[in-house]
Amino acid sequence: MTYETVIGLEVHLQLKTRSKVFCGCSTNFGAAPNTQTCPVCLGFPGSLPVLNREALKLAAKVAIALNCQIAKKIRFDRKNYFYPDLPKAYQISQFGHPLSQHGHLPVLSNGKERHIKIRRVHLEEDTGKLFHEKDHSLVDFNRCGTPLLEIVSEPDIGSPEEAYAYLTLLKSILEYIDVSDCNMEEGSLRCDANISLKKQGAKELGVKTEIKNMNSFKGVKAALEYERDRQVELLESGQRIVQETRLYDAERDVTESMRSKEEAHDYRYFPEPDLVPFDFEKGLLTEIEKEIPELPEPRKKRFVSEYRLSEYDAAVMVSDKAMADYFEDCARLYKNPKIIANWLMGDVSAYLSEKNLTIAGVNLKARHLTGMLEMIDRGAISGKIAKTLLKEMIETGKEPGALVKEKGLEQISDEGEIEKAIDQVISENEKIVGDFKDGKKNAIMALVGKVMAKTKGKANPGKVNQMLSKMLREDK
Amino acid sequence: MAIKRDTVKYVAELARIALSEKELEQFTGQLDRILEYVNKLKALDVAGLEPTSHVLEMKNVYREDEVRPSLPAEEVLKNAPDKQGNLFRVKKIIEAL
Amino acid sequence: MKLNTLTAHELIAPLDKGDISYIDICNSIIEAVEQKDKKLNAIAHFDKAAALERAKSSKGIPIFIKDNICVKDELTTCSSKILEGFRPPYNATVIEKLLAEGAVLMGKTNMDEFAFGSSTETSCYGVTRNPWDLERIPGGSSGGSAACVAADEAIFALGSDTGGSIRQPASLCGVVGLKPTYGRVSRYGLIAFASSLDQIGPVTKDVEDAAILLKAISGHDQMDSTSVDEAVPDYPALIKKDIKGLKIGVPKEYFIKGTDKEVKQAVLDAIKKLEELGARCEEMSLPHTEYAVAVYYLVATAEASSNLARFDGVQYGFRSSQAKSVIDMYKKTRQDGFGDEAKRRIILGTFALSSGYYDAYYLRALKVRTLIKQDFDKAFRKYDAIVTPTSPTPAFKIGEKSKDPLTMYLSDIFTISANLAGIPGVSIPCGFTKKKLPIGLQILGKAFDEETILRIAYNYEQATAWHKTKPLI
Repeated sequence: MTYETVIGLEVHLQLKTRSKVFCGCSTNFGAAPNTQTCPVCLGFPGSLPVLNREALKLAAKVAIALNCQIAKKIRFDRKNYFYPDLPKAYQISQFGHPLSQHGHLPVLSNGKERHIKIRRVHLEEDTGKLFHEKDHSLVDFNRCGTPLLEIVSEPDIGSPEEAYAYLTLLKSILEYIDVSDCNMEEGSLRCDANISLKKQGAKELGVKTEIKNMNSFKGVKAALEYERDRQVELLESGQRIVQETRLYDAERDVTESMRSKEEAHDYRYFPEPDLVPFDFEKGLLTEIEKEIPELPEPRKKRFVSEYRLSEYDAAVMVSDKAMADYFEDCARLYKNPKIIANWLMGDVSAYLSEKNLTIAGVNLKARHLTGMLEMIDRGAISGKIAKTLLKEMIETGKEPGALVKEKGLEQISDEGEIEKAIDQVISENEKIVGDFKDGKKNAIMALVGKVMAKTKGKANPGKVNQMLSKMLREDK
Repeated sequence: MAIKRDTVKYVAELARIALSEKELEQFTGQLDRILEYVNKLKALDVAGLEPTSHVLEMKNVYREDEVRPSLPAEEVLKNAPDKQGNLFRVKKIIEAL
Repeated sequence: MKLNTLTAHELIAPLDKGDISYIDICNSIIEAVEQKDKKLNAIAHFDKAAALERAKSSKGIPIFIKDNICVKDELTTCSSKILEGFRPPYNATVIEKLLAEGAVLMGKTNMDEFAFGSSTETSCYGVTRNPWDLERIPGGSSGGSAACVAADEAIFALGSDTGGSIRQPASLCGVVGLKPTYGRVSRYGLIAFASSLDQIGPVTKDVEDAAILLKAISGHDQMDSTSVDEAVPDYPALIKKDIKGLKIGVPKEYFIKGTDKEVKQAVLDAIKKLEELGARCEEMSLPHTEYAVAVYYLVATAEASSNLARFDGVQYGFRSSQAKSVIDMYKKTRQDGFGDEAKRRIILGTFALSSGYYDAYYLRALKVRTLIKQDFDKAFRKYDAIVTPTSPTPAFKIGEKSKDPLTMYLSDIFTISANLAGIPGVSIPCGFTKKKLPIGLQILGKAFDEETILRIAYNYEQATAWHKTKPLI
């Protein structure tokens, strides 16, 4: 039997506001427990919420970037349930009139672009944090009231790989529009998934399970793969899937049933009477739209057409906004975009990942990098020296010309100087020279290497090659 | 009957209120009478009416994104029935609530 | 003249002249409380020494506060065991406003638990008695505020009104009680019963004091999204204008069978008096009045079931020590911490919102609420105000209705509509029954037009002497 996998993802995203969504407490991460709380976010009796304008604005920015329709009338509702990290025993969320609905994300799947539908994007408040000890659970409410965006996809994702692609693109867009830290480890981005199987071509969805507790995109993919295989196995052996919530254990790479009482949730949503309705005037929406930069997908397409980059290179370049911006800064200064991309994807990225840095976090000006590329083109430095020079530029922030002088890295193109080095190499390596003369033409490469080493890599390799072959021929 | 004993039991469970048998009995009777009375609303034609969840015709009441001082932790915790350091404390949560 | 028997505006002249001091007023209040409150039980929390201390450092009139309004570091318990020992870390906005005016906070008044009631019988501190007849209830839920003002244990007090909780006890105790327009007074720091209906308002000995206190507590508050940014008129000055030519509606639905004959007669006499004063009164109709109680007990309990969910023993107040798990702790804490009426309303409200019943109960109630509001919108296109009895009966006996919740609910029948429509209403004394029980006249007005109803009330009060008659206690 062949099955189709049906996956839906629910992403929770903390928005990057200074203060909480309904009160003035700071949203900074990592403060001492219960020091960023007030009567409002603690839900103390008598306290009332007032909406942070910036939170709604950032939420709308996300909704627009995800191609959602912003509602004409936006309301908040109360979602009622008891949990020690939820101080009012209700969460201010959105149900009947959410911020936005009906969006999509153009995900690249098996080389083809597919629009994955987004059901809704709505704003709510985050809960507190629990710590479990031997006999007790402890509650810190610092996180409680941080603006939280819920981004719910339709059950429209066909494979764990596609789920991974969806999340990667989503995160990239969220970073582009600068609304969140998107840090899964610190919990500013969280993802739950639900997955079911149906027979190939069937209309009816199968019984789904919900999976929680993934703390990376790779984890989401792995959990979904495990869960898909588990469900296939169950169905193949004639067993039923139980609708339940399962926790993913990354260490053992398995999902396990939470074994909770499956009492149907009855959240008793009703309009939050402590808040009034909201709407966006056209002007404000236009203003927000203007703040949205060119997003990764259209930018990738432009990179292909405008800079003649390959699909792959363009995709790598746009996946990080800062890198893509940097690339474009360089492309304005230097004629060959492909070479810029190669350097950025190669030596620059290698250096950054080794030191755990970002392009925005290092002192490498675009004109320094392009200046270096021009020096290579002019033959002022060798490509090999450029690798050393790049590190020096990043570490010192100095411009390439000055560094080359300071460190004596200029390429030697002076024929007299090169000739001197060649003479020495020929006299020191009679055996290799002999090999060459005996017809082993490849032996010349070893000699070129020796000359380069003698000049500490500074000699112009083309010139060395050319002069060496000439001198060896004359030396017959 | 406008409400059954089992419904009262279920709703009390949702509201996280334990009820003795006696309370359950008494509340079922009283709520039944209240709901019988309330059922007079069913006589009205409400088709096409907008619900009034709020009487004010206000919208877009915001605050700006400014950080204001939080409470000192000792103020936050001074009413706590149980605490550990600066944290509120409850019995260990072992199951989904 | 004993200072505790005076009103705030009567105290101003002798204070200005230096004949009396703020401490004298405070002492006089303390004396009255010590003398009378053992009988009345109107005051829930009272710390004599602390009150005197506050009087020394302040230049203002003493005031009592209903026990559901947060006062920083002072017991604020909604007369419920579940909030035992709770001292809020902050002041309600009305408290901040009063303190800015120099007011001296004397203590907290008794109330129905979480304002759930019309008799102040559901308080965990025991029933408050009506100063006119100690065997009777003072009305509720602000029964403590009304009784202490009526008995001259206070100059004035704050109450809260969700379905009549200021006006009905004011009526039953023979004092003035005003529910402002929804949004006029900040709710920040008022422990919520039903958020779309609650308002804080004054309980006073006469209309002028109601105007003074309303002016002091009104105004826009950034902490309350539902607080309206409207200018606050100078009520004490404006209410003294006459009422010639005002058009007043008298809704026939408020003179139904169940209304006490003496109450009905007193109100009809009052209407006559208003006509003598130059107002034009005529019978009219608010056709959906009979549905108000049903709508109210769904909408208010639905909101209450959510508002009271936070009392779960985690952060403050009572926690049951019997529990083995968190869920058990929730259930036992709420079983032992809430009284019967609170539990009943939470269960009713939870039911009205629960899946499968939401449309038939909660949503339908909100739609009928629209009809009730439309009745008033229409009426106020024609009339400047509406007058009715405040309560269908005078004060009833303690225990008389507490066995049957529905009968108790129906005693709010004339006050509830104003909350559902969000409009202001005031109750003023308009007579006594043969048994010497006060009767109240309710005047309802347009949204944000407290001025007109206070003006009518003031003119009526100046032409009558009901408010000058005091209970013998």
